[in-house]
Amino acid sequence: MSAKVSSFFNVKIFSLFVLFVTFFSLNGYSQEVPKADNTTPSPEHKEEKFNAGKMIMGHIADEHDWHIIGNLTLPLPCILYSKEKGLDVFMSSHFEPHHGEERSYDVYDMKEGKITLLSGLKVYDFSITKNVLSLFISAGLLLFVFLTVARSYKTREGKAPKGLQSWFEPLILFVRDDIAKPTLGANHSRFMPLLLTIFFFIFFGNLLGLIPFFPGGANLTGNIAIPFFLAAVILIVIIFIANKHYWGHIVAMPGVPKWVLIILTPIEILGFVLRPFVLMIRLFANITAGHIIALAFYSLIFIFGAKSVAAGYGVSVVSVLFTVFMFCLDLLVAFLQAFVFTLLSSIYFSSALEVPEHH
Amino acid sequence: MNLITPDPGLLFWMLVTFGIVLYILGKFAWKPILKALGERENAITEALDKAEDAKKQMANMQAENEKLLALARSEREAILREAKEMKDSIIAQAKTSADIEGKKMIANAKENIEREKTSAINDLKNQVASYSIEIAERLIRKKLESNKEQDELVNKAINDFHLN
Repeated sequence: MSAKVSSFFNVKIFSLFVLFVTFFSLNGYSQEVPKADNTTPSPEHKEEKFNAGKMIMGHIADEHDWHIIGNLTLPLPCILYSKEKGLDVFMSSHFEPHHGEERSYDVYDMKEGKITLLSGLKVYDFSITKNVLSLFISAGLLLFVFLTVARSYKTREGKAPKGLQSWFEPLILFVRDDIAKPTLGANHSRFMPLLLTIFFFIFFGNLLGLIPFFPGGANLTGNIAIPFFLAAVILIVIIFIANKHYWGHIVAMPGVPKWVLIILTPIEILGFVLRPFVLMIRLFANITAGHIIALAFYSLIFIFGAKSVAAGYGVSVVSVLFTVFMFCLDLLVAFLQAFVFTLLSSIYFSSALEVPEHH
Repeated sequence: MNLITPDPGLLFWMLVTFGIVLYILGKFAWKPILKALGERENAITEALDKAEDAKKQMANMQAENEKLLALARSEREAILREAKEMKDSIIAQAKTSADIEGKKMIANAKENIEREKTSAINDLKNQVASYSIEIAERLIRKKLESNKEQDELVNKAINDFHLN
């Protein structure tokens, strides 16, 4: 199994390198302009002392409204449930600046994107936040793209792919022939819908997160809830499909003295949970780090600009160049993380399905 | 800590959205797409197999054609050979029959000649006889004129015979 996977990786390294170079040559020029929009400092930023850490964390975290450009902010619906007020639905624009950082409305108080009750009681927040809206946009995009593609398979039956279809067919084939088939073999068709959905969900989410203006720019796949959910799906699927052989290896590794099991079993159980956990951390950390680095380079402009205007302009050249570089890297990462997440899930599925060999 | 604590609200919406997306795509996108891809691959494999078969058949047909051609050629040769043999035999037959005919004709001619010869000899014999009788007649007519004359007469007659 592991030999198969490692040789598989060797084959892929070259193609990934080619992909990497392609990303550089394609996207180096086009992204410079829109990227600047995102970091256009809002007036309040200029007036206050610029705090890079806070700005970055604000962008990374979820928000109850979507800042588009300048003073233009898209208010989003807040859906709250508490024992005190019951179900409460209103637009986030109702929140008025209260004192300092905090904003409040009615009995609610909002600080750093978190809504709490002034009374301190528990409130359940099911609001359509920036990330939830971004989730809807990316889901809508997924549905639109792949239903269109599916339709063209019907209307153009037996013909060569065309348009959107020819954009996505190689990716679908990539997931099937380079991820599912080499790991799952004959079992692959059962898992194709899940693997394809996860792959494209992550890929689309990552790419949307890289678009620096309105419909994109949310840190969706970099928000821990999304990788957490996806990893949980993988864990649940593994629990459902795992055979006796797999459980046997976790609970009591065969052919090992009894006393070793005291150490080995907890390790195996830990490993069982750790695998999806690492899936989650990998996706979360990669995407969040990409956002943080891009924003950090831009923050440099304002940090230096605060000291002297000339230094700000000087640093901006370097910053933009570095951000373009990072953006290209993030495009690669966007694909790579979708690929790695799907591949590892597929490998975990295959190990859960492995039939014992007699030795 | 905010950064690494999953937000229950987002988790809830993710559950709903991902569930719906997985269901709809699974039913209306991935299934037909993968089916179409599989079918197309099968069709391509089939077409390639068919082309290979056709190629083989072509080769077979060509081999058969060549065989037929060789057969026809050998048959033609056989026919030619037979015809030649027949011609030779016909010529030989004609020759022998002509020989025989010729010999027959020669034999006939010889026979005729022989017959003519004997009849000529017979004629001669008759003539000689008639001449002899004539001579005798003349001799008798002259009778006793003189011996000398008689002798002359006989000699003259003999000379006359010679002239004949």
